[in-house]
Amino acid sequence: MTAISFAECSARERVASLVDVDSFTEWLPPAMRVMSPHLAQLGVPSAFDDGVVIGQGRLDQRLVFVAAQEGAFMGGGVGEVHGAKLVGLLQRALRDRPAAVLLLAESGGVRLHEANAGLIAVSEVMRAVLDVRAAGIPVIALIGGANGCFGGMGIVARCCDYVVMSDIARLSMSGPEVIEASNGVEEFDSRDRGLVWRTTGGKHRFLTGDCDAIVDDDARAFRAAAIAALHGSQPVTLESLEREHTLLTQRLHDAPAGADAIELWSAIGVVDAARVPDLDADAVRALRPVPAAATPAV
Amino acid sequence: MEWTQLAERLFGAAHAVTATGDFLEGTVTFDGDPITVVGTTNHAPIGVAMALAQARVVLDTVAQHPQRPILLLIDTQGQQLRRRDELLGINRAMAHLGCCIDLARRRGHRVIGLVFDQALSGGFLTSGLIADACYALPEAEIRVMRIPAMARVTKISEERLTELSKANPVFAPGVENYVAMGGVRELWQGDLRECLRTALRSTPTDDQRAHDGAQRGGRLLAELVARRVLDA
Repeated sequence: MTAISFAECSARERVASLVDVDSFTEWLPPAMRVMSPHLAQLGVPSAFDDGVVIGQGRLDQRLVFVAAQEGAFMGGGVGEVHGAKLVGLLQRALRDRPAAVLLLAESGGVRLHEANAGLIAVSEVMRAVLDVRAAGIPVIALIGGANGCFGGMGIVARCCDYVVMSDIARLSMSGPEVIEASNGVEEFDSRDRGLVWRTTGGKHRFLTGDCDAIVDDDARAFRAAAIAALHGSQPVTLESLEREHTLLTQRLHDAPAGADAIELWSAIGVVDAARVPDLDADAVRALRPVPAAATPAV
Repeated sequence: MEWTQLAERLFGAAHAVTATGDFLEGTVTFDGDPITVVGTTNHAPIGVAMALAQARVVLDTVAQHPQRPILLLIDTQGQQLRRRDELLGINRAMAHLGCCIDLARRRGHRVIGLVFDQALSGGFLTSGLIADACYALPEAEIRVMRIPAMARVTKISEERLTELSKANPVFAPGVENYVAMGGVRELWQGDLRECLRTALRSTPTDDQRAHDGAQRGGRLLAELVARRVLDA
């Protein structure tokens, strides 16, 4: 069978390909027209689902809740309604206790047309994700959309228990265009695709442990990774945060000043780091060094 | 307000809050009890290092001083816009700071955010917006973008946006708008010590912002839509 590109799928197609066949029930579907009142006020085209699909389905026969952001609508930007749908899904997970919550993140972050409400909404999503995690229900971020996962949603993804990315996906904070516009092309050349992917792409995020699994851009690979992640609950404890702190501090100190990703990969122990950009997901998977956080404390 | 003036009004001239560059830290005594103070000044950009510095203080407080309240002093221009920070996983470092604050809350520390100057975008997400509740001084500024920048992005004229923002707080910057939307619980005016005292005593520990936004008429759908998902 040929691969189905996860990046090229719509949000609904991603959900359908992820869960067990015909098992998905959508909540507040487009027919209910729960839409952004703010976009309408601005005279900007709205979407009947405000750019996010939410509902429940089965994954390997287990009940899961799913949210999928639609990158084709305002870049997956989080507005008031979009954010409230995510928060409602997470609150419902606390009540109904599914086996996991799957977050198919594709977003530029806060939707600038309703930025104030979007910013608060993203913070409400963060708190709701951490509530669900604290209840022992894993929240799994699956990042494979063409627009990547940026801004506040980049933070939300890292608040999840487990992060899966494709090798062509991106996860970061500010888009390269924003950084270039602020600090010049010498700081970050947004048209240098190689540089952009080395800095924010799935391979980099996997090698540094910023994501937990890397897969090909294939819907079936995402499904398999999501099934594997069903037991990926990682409780947030003082000890886990101390380990995270040590790892991030170490990385900050180890990264050579002005370093490109290749130098950073070498610094953390990746062999033949220069060839990483030419490798596929399988080959990159074999290269990941043992993270410092996994070494027992002395 | 300058952070020094704020600290004096809250904790007296002998307060132990110090600035290292843009980073604020200290343990103060308030009504006889210790409080951890951590934050930033000079409109600090929040990069990996600044996120970690703040996270360290929060973790130390959780580890060494169970239940000690934490006051976040907020003055930030938002996230650091540098390639190096993106490379080093700035979103992960900021999420780490957010998770540290969240853990403190869950372990019984009261965490109060106070925007004393400026709070923008990503820098606000993992500080005041993830505290038990966030407060602001009336002269503070909170925003994602100013109206001229928003006009460029949305291709809608400044005049139209200004007009719309009179009735809809979603469209324009300003602390009053964040109060109306529930993102800021209250403005601190007059006796700041009394404001802090009240906040420490009465700040809710669950997330009431969507409810407040609906009650105050500034964010009508957040609570309603979430409830509709629960009922679907």
